[in-house]
Amino acid sequence: MSEILTETERRSNKSPLSGVSFDGSAPLLEVEDLEVEFHTRDGIAHAVNNVSFTLREGETLGILGESGCGKSVTAQAIMGILDTPPAKVTGGQVRYRGVDLLQLEEKTRRHIRANKIAIIFQDALSSLNPVFTVGWQLGELYRKHAGASRAQAKSKAVELLDLVGIPGAPARINSFPHQFSGGMRQRVMIAMALALEPDIIIADEPTTALDVTVQAQVMTLLSDLQREMRLGLILITHDMGVVADVADKICVMYAGHAVERADVYEIYERPAHPYTKALLESIPRVDQKGQDLTVIKGLPPALVDPPPGCSFHPRCAFARDRCTTDEPPLYEVPGNRLSACHYWEEVLES
Amino acid sequence: MSDFLAAQDSAGHEHAQPRSDQNRSLWGDVRYELMRNPVFWVSSVLVLVILSMAFAPQLWAETSPTARGACRLENARVEPSAAHPFGYTNAGCDMWSSLVYGTGKSVIVAILVTIGTVIVGVTLGTVAGYVGGFADTVISRVTDIFFGLPFILGALVFLAIFPDRNVWTLTAVLTMFGWTSLTRVMRGSVISTKQKDYVDAARALGATNFFIIRKHILANSIAPVIVLATIGLGAYISAEATLTFLGVGYQRPTVSWGLLVAEGQNLALAGFWHLLVLPCAFIVVTVLSFILLGDALRDALDPRAR
Amino acid sequence: MGRYVARRLVQFIPVILGTLFLLHVLSVLTIQIVGDPVRALFGENAPPEAILEQLRANYNLDDDCLEQTGNPCVRLFVDRLAQYASGDFGINFRGRSVAELFVERFPVTVRLTVIALVFETVVGIFLGVMAGLRKDKLVDNFVRFSTVLLIAFPVFVFGTLAQLFIGLELGLPLRDSERAPEWLGQMLTVTYNPEFPWLSLMLPGLVLGAFSLAAIARLTRTSLIENLRSDYVRTARAKGLTSSRTVGVHTLRNSLIPVVTYIGIDIGLLLGGALVTEGIFNIPGVGQLVFLAIQANDTPVILGVVTILTVVFLVANLLVDILYAALDPRIRYE
Repeated sequence: MSEILTETERRSNKSPLSGVSFDGSAPLLEVEDLEVEFHTRDGIAHAVNNVSFTLREGETLGILGESGCGKSVTAQAIMGILDTPPAKVTGGQVRYRGVDLLQLEEKTRRHIRANKIAIIFQDALSSLNPVFTVGWQLGELYRKHAGASRAQAKSKAVELLDLVGIPGAPARINSFPHQFSGGMRQRVMIAMALALEPDIIIADEPTTALDVTVQAQVMTLLSDLQREMRLGLILITHDMGVVADVADKICVMYAGHAVERADVYEIYERPAHPYTKALLESIPRVDQKGQDLTVIKGLPPALVDPPPGCSFHPRCAFARDRCTTDEPPLYEVPGNRLSACHYWEEVLES
Repeated sequence: MSDFLAAQDSAGHEHAQPRSDQNRSLWGDVRYELMRNPVFWVSSVLVLVILSMAFAPQLWAETSPTARGACRLENARVEPSAAHPFGYTNAGCDMWSSLVYGTGKSVIVAILVTIGTVIVGVTLGTVAGYVGGFADTVISRVTDIFFGLPFILGALVFLAIFPDRNVWTLTAVLTMFGWTSLTRVMRGSVISTKQKDYVDAARALGATNFFIIRKHILANSIAPVIVLATIGLGAYISAEATLTFLGVGYQRPTVSWGLLVAEGQNLALAGFWHLLVLPCAFIVVTVLSFILLGDALRDALDPRAR
Repeated sequence: MGRYVARRLVQFIPVILGTLFLLHVLSVLTIQIVGDPVRALFGENAPPEAILEQLRANYNLDDDCLEQTGNPCVRLFVDRLAQYASGDFGINFRGRSVAELFVERFPVTVRLTVIALVFETVVGIFLGVMAGLRKDKLVDNFVRFSTVLLIAFPVFVFGTLAQLFIGLELGLPLRDSERAPEWLGQMLTVTYNPEFPWLSLMLPGLVLGAFSLAAIARLTRTSLIENLRSDYVRTARAKGLTSSRTVGVHTLRNSLIPVVTYIGIDIGLLLGGALVTEGIFNIPGVGQLVFLAIQANDTPVILGVVTILTVVFLVANLLVDILYAALDPRIRYE
């Protein structure tokens, strides 16, 4: 991406980011003890509690959990696009290259978005503005962030659509979002995230709304691009199959807590948290055809009024009395893993 | 709350709540919302007062202004005083009792028109939305055509041709031009409900059309109809008064708000304010009460607007 | 876009024919039920039958089908359409052409409607945006309260009160005063003054637009709030755009789509309301023509003018629909 990027660089000297001293040796992204609350009519919902994880260059981190477990809220808190109110980040740090984004002024932070960290949403149809052409929406990034002219922005938009494999790009940039198929629209979202060559891409359920065959195509595209561009990728999903294929590390979330963190192989091999274990067991498997599928009984707790102690205890097969009173800390599990379960050893062995 | 987080978080639908539960909590929610909304209380009290004036004016004013000897010309245009805080009309009638007895004229037309438009609108809207196809095309085109005639202008033409206008002619004409918006809303609501999975499920289980319409379609469309009907009451009171003011509604010697305003307009410029201001106040408070009640209902029934 | 316009034009023809036919059928039906308006015009002292016959012929009221209740008089409708097409909308009871009267008076009504439209859209959208951006704050509560109040004022109530309190009580001292500028006094006047063809229409214009101002403010507010929560606005923020761009470019345009639809309906309201305002403020426009015709029982004028206004309304709506498609691509590619 030639002439405009040099323009970006030239401008970046006086851009609001020039005053921020990023540390090139620090990890790409470190989230530490992140806390987010929602103020609702029914009370305060603790959507994210003490969530920490690290993402390095070229790495893919999978965040796994049921709907409502706080994974999208975490993503939006990293981006700084939560609706405040009702949401509020009440604690923790989000460090990009050593700089805590939560401490930056909104004016500076705005430039981190799309330039350094970009996000892909689940539902591309509602996430793209229905009244502007796809080319305009892509080009807007170059015009507003890189000072490109309309003509330059347009040709960059064509390049981007080509990059994400949309056939007939020069004509398609004049189409509106509703004129694309679901898979093509998600490719547009990916193109939009890639536009300013960020270091980190957060993909929030990028394939959930798509057909299975299209899902595979979009995931392949995403992981190919991630490898080529050495992006840090945070993949948020409820689908264990998707993370297994592409993630290096996994963070499992339950009711706003990160309950287990480990490398992908370890987790699939031997989960150290009953919730992860239950999730794995609830995947239908060909070799167990005919047997009853294991399901996790019950519903995730209401975040306004979480159960005392470990929030998973009402649904947990390993639960004891202690679980109803003591909130488990993150225990260190051999193999550089963490598990928020008092009885993790038991889980590991079972 | 769970809805709210589901909207924030974007994963699948694996944990849909059981229907009946949601339904019950919806109406419970509505009651809760209404009970704690002061606007609801104020507007319902006002609406009750207005309705009692309409149906039992003798509770509020002793003598009807149309009773023999109730009006005396020597009292004409007498301004408000301690004994008669509302003063006297141009014809020498007590303003307060004229206004109280005029309430029914407007309110009864509005109620009849609302009943009429709800019946026509719900029926046609349901047929158009549920049956679809040719019936939908015909009903929608006829609705379009009626919509093409501006309300007041359309009503005016026909009322002007009628030599004498009363409750029934006003009701007929206002209903004729008022049914379209409810039909459209109903049709849209039925179409969107019809596409819901639980309607498909009911059909797959062998439910009859009549059952589906009664149990699912009407139950789901009732909220916007209630809101529109409440606001409609205010709108039709306003429309009746406007037509009467223009001279195509009620005629003398009927006592009605529109006529009092028409009468008061020029006299107010000559200094008799109360002849204009008091009937105007009655109209505005009445229309306002119904609109506020409708608004409160809408806020309670449509959680998205909160 | 071209295809959309063409399709809209094709759809327009049955609607306008249908509406005119509806107007025709209902008027014919009413005449069939209540009897001949010519006789009603004269009441007790009816002139000789020959003169009545002549009048009926002039007003197209001599057709036999008008005596057969339930007959839609299709032939009469076709005749009327042909007359309308040649610009003939009948004559009044004094023999003047309705079309001529209409053309004479239409410019005043257009000026009045334009004032109302500009006022209601500019102020309405502004208030709606202010309220929507500061949901549940002071501005929002003020806008919500004042717009509900405005909606509760029927045009004739607002008009008569404004005439009394603003035009007379506030305006008269200003007009009499040596120091106050003349334009201010003329703006707040009791009646139309042909020497100030725009200024003296200000107060009536504001009265006429007040109801729709409230409606537009509320509509803008609701739709802005809804769109601010939408996924594509979240995307705009994720793109690192400034908040003014997120609101001004990505939210506002989408939020104005329902407002444009409303303006289409509103033109009908304004034409009806013009009748009331022109009657109250003595404005020599088309509305006053109808207002006076009602008092004189001059049915042909009412029918003729309402027919023309209906056509005006439908054409205006067609234009609004095209504007709507320009704003919302989902419509024009349907």
